Amino acid sequence: MEYLWAFLIGGTFCAIGQVLIDLTAMTPAKILVTYVVSGVVLGALGVYEPIVELAGAGATVPLTGFGYNLAKGVRKAVTEDGLIGSLTGGLEACAGGITAAVIFALIAAIVFGRGDKTRRTRRSVLRS
Amino acid sequence: MKLTESEYGKLAKRRAPGTKLYKTIPMAFLVGGLICCVGQAILDLYKSLGITADMAGTLTSVSLVFLSAVLTGFGLYDKIAKHAGAGTLVPITGFANAVVSPAMEFKTEGYVLGVGAKIFIIAGPVIVYGLAASALYGIILFAMQAG
Repeated sequence: MEYLWAFLIGGTFCAIGQVLIDLTAMTPAKILVTYVVSGVVLGALGVYEPIVELAGAGATVPLTGFGYNLAKGVRKAVTEDGLIGSLTGGLEACAGGITAAVIFALIAAIVFGRGDKTRRTRRSVLRS
Repeated sequence: MKLTESEYGKLAKRRAPGTKLYKTIPMAFLVGGLICCVGQAILDLYKSLGITADMAGTLTSVSLVFLSAVLTGFGLYDKIAKHAGAGTLVPITGFANAVVSPAMEFKTEGYVLGVGAKIFIIAGPVIVYGLAASALYGIILFAMQAG
């Protein structure tokens, strides 16, 4: 049952993104920014928590979950440490994902990246 | 290839009528849903090992980022993305792809201003506005708790 909800809710987040791409010609970067900020807002309002409880990874894997995590981290840090928590809580909660992305990207660039300018390829995310 | 705003607009318009919504949206739904199910399976695996919920969540993100980096490295993620659109963009694997792709792409421009700088070409804005929104929330929350 959990997998069904993960599939349905996660799929819905992606379908909404596709609607935005097809109908508004929003660039992938704008979609991702919109999703993260929406996640922060929904997390702050307490709306996202029930979706996470229902759909598990279906809510945490889409980028809105990243925003939700930022909000959750800030809430915890502000409650424990006061105002300074608004500066520390967000990155603390997302540190693993961000650092992993950067480190794995660096390794991928070393291993798979082409140093040869003549064979440069364009990849989907950068294309639009 | 560098595009100005208006050139991009023209290209987008030219491409837009060809987009088949009845195809792209279900594909995004299907692939995005499946990626989330993979995430759920990884999450359940970590939880079954007795790892706390928070740490299992972080490990799941890291695992998905790793998988995405490998698939992107071999050029497979972009092949899936061609058909899945937002289905591969919106999950955290898409975020990872947006970090790994430019890192590989801009190796031609060196490790500092190529890989090092361009690694954040899409992740940068995401982090900037995500952090800004969360910091703003923190200030509002603090004011509410104090008041």
